[in-house]
Amino acid sequence: MKVEGKRKIWDEYQKEIAGDDYFYVRSCVRQNFFPGAEKTFLRYMKEMGKNVFENPSHTTCSGIGYHSDIVPFETAMTMVARQFALMTESGYRNFVTSCITSFGLYTEILETWHHFPAIEEKIRVHLKNATGREFVKPDNLAHASDVTFKLRKEISKAGKYRLVNQHTGAPIRVVEHIGCHYSRMFPSKGVGGAEYPYVLVGMIEEWGGEVIDYPERRHCCGFGFRQYLIRANRGYSVSASKKKFDSMKPYKPELILTNCPGCPMFLDRWQYAISEMEGTTYGENGGGIPVMTYEELAGLILGYAPWDLGLQVHQVPVEPLLDKIGIPYDPEKKFLDKDGNSMGQPKSPSHLKFY
Amino acid sequence: MGALYEKLRQDIRFVEGLTACLNCGTCTAICPAAEFYNYQPRKLVDILQTKDDEKIEELLKSDTIWYCGECMSCVTRCPRNNAPGLLITALRSLSQEMGYFVESEKGRQQLAIKRTVGHWILEYGYCLYPSQILPENHPEQGPVWEWEFQHIEKVMDRLGANYKKAGPGVLRAIPREDLDEIKKIFDETGATARFDKIESFSKLKAEEMGIQLDDSLQNDYIKHIYTTVNKDHTNET
Repeated sequence: MKVEGKRKIWDEYQKEIAGDDYFYVRSCVRQNFFPGAEKTFLRYMKEMGKNVFENPSHTTCSGIGYHSDIVPFETAMTMVARQFALMTESGYRNFVTSCITSFGLYTEILETWHHFPAIEEKIRVHLKNATGREFVKPDNLAHASDVTFKLRKEISKAGKYRLVNQHTGAPIRVVEHIGCHYSRMFPSKGVGGAEYPYVLVGMIEEWGGEVIDYPERRHCCGFGFRQYLIRANRGYSVSASKKKFDSMKPYKPELILTNCPGCPMFLDRWQYAISEMEGTTYGENGGGIPVMTYEELAGLILGYAPWDLGLQVHQVPVEPLLDKIGIPYDPEKKFLDKDGNSMGQPKSPSHLKFY
Repeated sequence: MGALYEKLRQDIRFVEGLTACLNCGTCTAICPAAEFYNYQPRKLVDILQTKDDEKIEELLKSDTIWYCGECMSCVTRCPRNNAPGLLITALRSLSQEMGYFVESEKGRQQLAIKRTVGHWILEYGYCLYPSQILPENHPEQGPVWEWEFQHIEKVMDRLGANYKKAGPGVLRAIPREDLDEIKKIFDETGATARFDKIESFSKLKAEEMGIQLDDSLQNDYIKHIYTTVNKDHTNET
């Protein structure tokens, strides 16, 4: 078969992803907004027989502070060096990050050290002075979406559901959104490169869905660090997401799939904010377009219960998608606590359909 | 070549980010910030290429360097391997080092970021922390976050987090000795010094502007820099 077009590009941008024994570091944003996603990753990794270790002493990499420019580069490098030291001390060599900002920062730092060994030496001295620790650089650096991509066929094989509309037999139409810092700076470090990343496309195709191409597919979600953190700047953030929604709407997506911590939060919340600001909704029948992390989607494919995945903390309801695929859920249990007691429920938005 | 340009050249991100710009404008065409703000990365790189300290000082005191979202889209597309997004990181560092950041509306916002994200890193070990994401500061987070915020411990428990508890897991309590290591790293590598500069230059500016600023998060200056838009920064085209 002649390999051409995007397939050719994908062939050129293949990265090595370790097969087992991962040292896992968490994401600040995801722990706050999508705590179930990381829990789900660890759950399916265990079920697939993979060893993933978390050292409770690991901390933020300081990436959001670095990219909002309050944290100097030398500090960020030493924070990352400390994470590598924890990996080394724990006896691991394969480093996996939950966060894309972290993944981009780790990649940038390893590349900097590779080209400027004197900087690496300086950071080793800083780390030793500050903490007494030493480190070995990882043999393999991957994002958790890389690892999930590597396991996509096993997930499909073990899965209970497919990304197919049970009523029509048509594949679910999915927009994929890749976090900017996954591969924009270093295309060779991402599966499929920067222009046509394959990491999420591979999962969608394997699990039965149809990937939608649309004009603003590669536009940033609009996090922009300081552009969201400061209230006065949030016009930047919402306008970037709106540009994407307006561009994807004619293609009638049924799901937005993401691999970045911030993107699912912004693409979820800004749909609500835009509906409140101007009454516009982007999904079917006055609803929004459900937004998910790849772990949540993998969890659904594997038959995990939607409310165990944390889908109840999404502002855009996911029920229309669950109904299409035929995934059962109990609406009465959506907002119950661990012991089955009611926690009340969120107020309904003015326009965006809520369940 | 002036002293400011020399200082920029000491930053590896500046050295790596600026090769030779041919002014093609690809970076501006792809830039989300250029679409929203009155901002052109092409022009910024062009100014830096002049090595003219007067122009660089003007840049460091301007809103211009604070418009970028550091998405790094420009890095992928530049045909000459320039990285305007990296140049921005070097410019922002120098602007804070020199105290120039307080001369622009967008630059002054750094104090609010330092007192939130900066504080949370040292206090909790996370860049963000749920008890600090107040719904009144985040109306865009919607009713689901408002509900979650009200029941945060129970919601986290339901979703299998380890919120505020010892051991591994989502939002675990990071041990004191690990937080102490972060503080020592900040002291050793310049973050504490940068924080001090952000504070001291902001205090001088608040005094000059006649706006009350104390050490808390609840004061007129923080409120001002967090919410105020005094001029049109946007790209009208």
